[in-house]
Amino acid sequence: MNRDNDKGKVLIERSLILGGLQVFALLIVIFRLYYLQVYQADKYKTLADENRISTRLIVPPRGGVYDRNGEMLATNKQDFQAMIVAEQTTDIKTTLDAFKKIMPLSDEEEDKIRKNLKRNRSFVPIRIKNNLNWEQVAQILLNSSDLPGVIIDEGLSRHYPFAEQTAHVIGYVSSVSDNDVKDDPLLEVPGFKIGKSGIEKLHEKKLRGRGGNQKLEVNAIGRVMKEIERNDGVAGDRIDLSLDIRLQNKAYELFGEESGAAVLLDVNSGEILSFVSAPSFDPNLMTQGIKAEDWKKLNQDERNPLINKVISGQYSPGSTFKMVVALAALESGVINANTRSFCAGKMFLGNHAFHCWKKEGHGYIDVAQALQHSCDIFFYETAQKLGIDKIANMARRFGLGQKINIGLENEKEGLIPDTEWKKRRFGEPWQQGESLISGIGQGYILTTPIQLATMVARIANGGYEVEPTFNKMTENNKPKFNKIPINQDYISIVKKGMFDVVNLTGGTAFGSRFNYKGLKMAGKTGTTQVRRITMKERQSGIIKQEDMPWKYRNHALFVGYAPHDNPRYAVAVLVEHGGSGSAVAAPIGANLLLEALKLEDTSDNK
Amino acid sequence: MYKFYETSIKNQPPTLKEKIQNLSFFYIMLILIIAAMGTVMLYSAANGSWEPWALNHLLRFGLGFCLMIALSLIDVRLFMRYAYLFYFATLILLVLVEVGGHVGMGAQRWINLGFMKLQPSELMKIALVLALARYFHSTSLQTIETTKGIIIPALMVAIPSFLVMTQPDLGTALMLIFTAGAIFFAVGVQLWKFGLVLLSVLVSLPIVWNLLHEYQQNRVLTFLNPERDPLGAGYHIIQSKIALGSGGVFGKGFLKGTQSHLNFLPEKHTDFIFTMLSEEFGMIGAVFVVLLNMLLIIASFAFALRSASYFGKLLAIGLTTNFFLYVMINISMVLGLIPVVGVPLPLISYGGTVIISVMASFGIILSVNINRNLNIGKD
Repeated sequence: MNRDNDKGKVLIERSLILGGLQVFALLIVIFRLYYLQVYQADKYKTLADENRISTRLIVPPRGGVYDRNGEMLATNKQDFQAMIVAEQTTDIKTTLDAFKKIMPLSDEEEDKIRKNLKRNRSFVPIRIKNNLNWEQVAQILLNSSDLPGVIIDEGLSRHYPFAEQTAHVIGYVSSVSDNDVKDDPLLEVPGFKIGKSGIEKLHEKKLRGRGGNQKLEVNAIGRVMKEIERNDGVAGDRIDLSLDIRLQNKAYELFGEESGAAVLLDVNSGEILSFVSAPSFDPNLMTQGIKAEDWKKLNQDERNPLINKVISGQYSPGSTFKMVVALAALESGVINANTRSFCAGKMFLGNHAFHCWKKEGHGYIDVAQALQHSCDIFFYETAQKLGIDKIANMARRFGLGQKINIGLENEKEGLIPDTEWKKRRFGEPWQQGESLISGIGQGYILTTPIQLATMVARIANGGYEVEPTFNKMTENNKPKFNKIPINQDYISIVKKGMFDVVNLTGGTAFGSRFNYKGLKMAGKTGTTQVRRITMKERQSGIIKQEDMPWKYRNHALFVGYAPHDNPRYAVAVLVEHGGSGSAVAAPIGANLLLEALKLEDTSDNK
Repeated sequence: MYKFYETSIKNQPPTLKEKIQNLSFFYIMLILIIAAMGTVMLYSAANGSWEPWALNHLLRFGLGFCLMIALSLIDVRLFMRYAYLFYFATLILLVLVEVGGHVGMGAQRWINLGFMKLQPSELMKIALVLALARYFHSTSLQTIETTKGIIIPALMVAIPSFLVMTQPDLGTALMLIFTAGAIFFAVGVQLWKFGLVLLSVLVSLPIVWNLLHEYQQNRVLTFLNPERDPLGAGYHIIQSKIALGSGGVFGKGFLKGTQSHLNFLPEKHTDFIFTMLSEEFGMIGAVFVVLLNMLLIIASFAFALRSASYFGKLLAIGLTTNFFLYVMINISMVLGLIPVVGVPLPLISYGGTVIISVMASFGIILSVNINRNLNIGKD
């Protein structure tokens, strides 16, 4: 009985301990609740919000690009795509078959759709076809009863109404690639496009705008439940260019099938009115994602449609360089306005013969006449007396041999050689013969068409350091340019020569002269060899250009300005393998200048 | 000094009228409130709908409630008389499950009775307590304190635990063992014996580890480091803690738990219902539910201690401990204190067998209380 009492006592004691332990354990639970729900509440609230809130960026509409008169050069076009939502259709296959009856799908496209359907959850819309036009959209909507789960999604895509004509200026936008700097979360948005070349790239930041965002509540599998917050962001700025699309189109049209480049500048403000590199490409193809074969075709074309020849093409300036040589010679006193040289068709330096383009020679001529007839002998002799360094110095003052930095990619420096350069580059002293051929813009000298345009603009405006730009200027922000340190008289002598080139019988561009209400142009032609003329050829008669393969033909150049008495426009034209400057390049330059003058009258062109 | 558990001993069982008068109103109220909370949460789990869970839960609770009242009115001596019979019958059912039970949830746990699926392991929780209470009731302290004296009860625990473990249902097996351990402790088995068992468990741990199924191993590993597999097994624990923590003090409001309603929280109507409750009603709601359960446990212990009979005391303690283990394991699990073991929160989680077995336990505990003055002989 005593032991029984003990048994009962033990049970009571131990039960109290057991009960106490259980209560204690539950108190620990309460403490844990406190820890999680009070002490760590903020941390978990954040985590819960991260779970539930999905932030999506809203892509702002990209800014438009306009020409100087407000003509739209780059814009956003509404575009439609057909999408399918798997969960909204009972049978995907039937729906797709019905769709195919309206609009055929290639096997590739179908494969892609099927893959995407498998990869994504059933509520995610999968693209069936993009770039639909209104008619196609209407067709889909009309048949919507046969197409359960098919929806039309509208978005904005970049559009270039002038396509080829503006491709090398505006450039294009395309998908973000791995090499692009990811400085903006917008770049991570699937399908987002950024400027890859031209103005689109130069003004990318301005055009892009600021992305907005949308906070969405999503569930565990990512389905959107509702929108919590929305901020639309800021649309991209518009960009107004100095370009005049009418002159741009005109220049492009003048090139026809030819390959080359043309630039037309305002000689006082530096505004680029026309900027053409031919042939060109359709930037709209690039935005949509160009097909591999099309890309290959563009890349392998010997006329290089993808290269912006205005700034990336480096060519010997040929006779268009003679103004620089003349100015340098006048300044150094090697010649004066009346100094005459005798051209006999060829001259010798040591036992090496230097030929004038005119076998019979030009006789006694002064500097203006030498320019007018583009006599080579005159400039050989002048250059021989001058030496390369003085020529180079003058060339640089007129914008050659250095980047202008108009902001487009792949701008080239060109090359203005001098004795120091030769030593540095080849470790050899400068040869006199090299001065001679430099005197007619051949040899090492390389220039880009934009540099030539700059050069001629600086001559035309009387020696001001104008710089080409794509920015549209207003009366208020017209820049003041420094005067190039040079005697005004020398410029006048050169300009007289350039006027004679066009307007005097025997001038190399006489055939391209015009007289529009008394306004005339001045200019200078150039024809440069891309291959040496051998001794044998000189003896047996030079092969006609037309009989040579295209890539061996001469480059044709022309630089000019108008009107002669009060210059407003300067032009530089280069036609690759086009033949002679007078026959091919001068007419293009003349036409462009004439068009610019005509437009002054007909419009509000400012 | 007054001791609340001292009672006057009678040999006459109470009349039906006395029994009904002695039903603890407070106790039943606690049960009703907890079950009501469960119904409310299941309504929320279905995004504000009685279907498919809340209504069923209420119906099952109603059934369980009737069972509880019926059991509470039974003479406690009958429980003792049929304790072994019930235990063996349940054991046979367990074997039947092992041989050809219904396959569900990847484990053989059910016998399909047509109108409901019977889970013998759930019955065993009650049967084991009954059998052990009867055994120790009839055994002297001297015998209990000998090693020989606890071999038989140890086998009574080991056999069903082993069967349940091979189902495999580690959670239930552990609950059987812990419940039995609590009973062994209560009846006065020396502490050093517990120490010895603990030691041998520690020694055999590596062996047991290898016997565990891979998913069980993963649960333990994931518990130790939830970040190990944040999208897989660790996902549950991480999401549960996020839901709980983000609930804060006052909660996000009824039907407004983002983690629950956006489906980040898994199993929100069963094992993780306490998480959902804590998310929507905050710490206030969570602590309220813990306190309700704590009161229920304290009241049950009070009933046990007031009972004049050793059998009644032990029966109530065993069943209460079993209930405590449900609550403790479930809540600790969702709070990330222990691995995810798949134990529901009684009266709140959705699930048929548990609510019936827990209500049956409450019925028996109530019966112990009603018959607290009844002396039971040693037969």
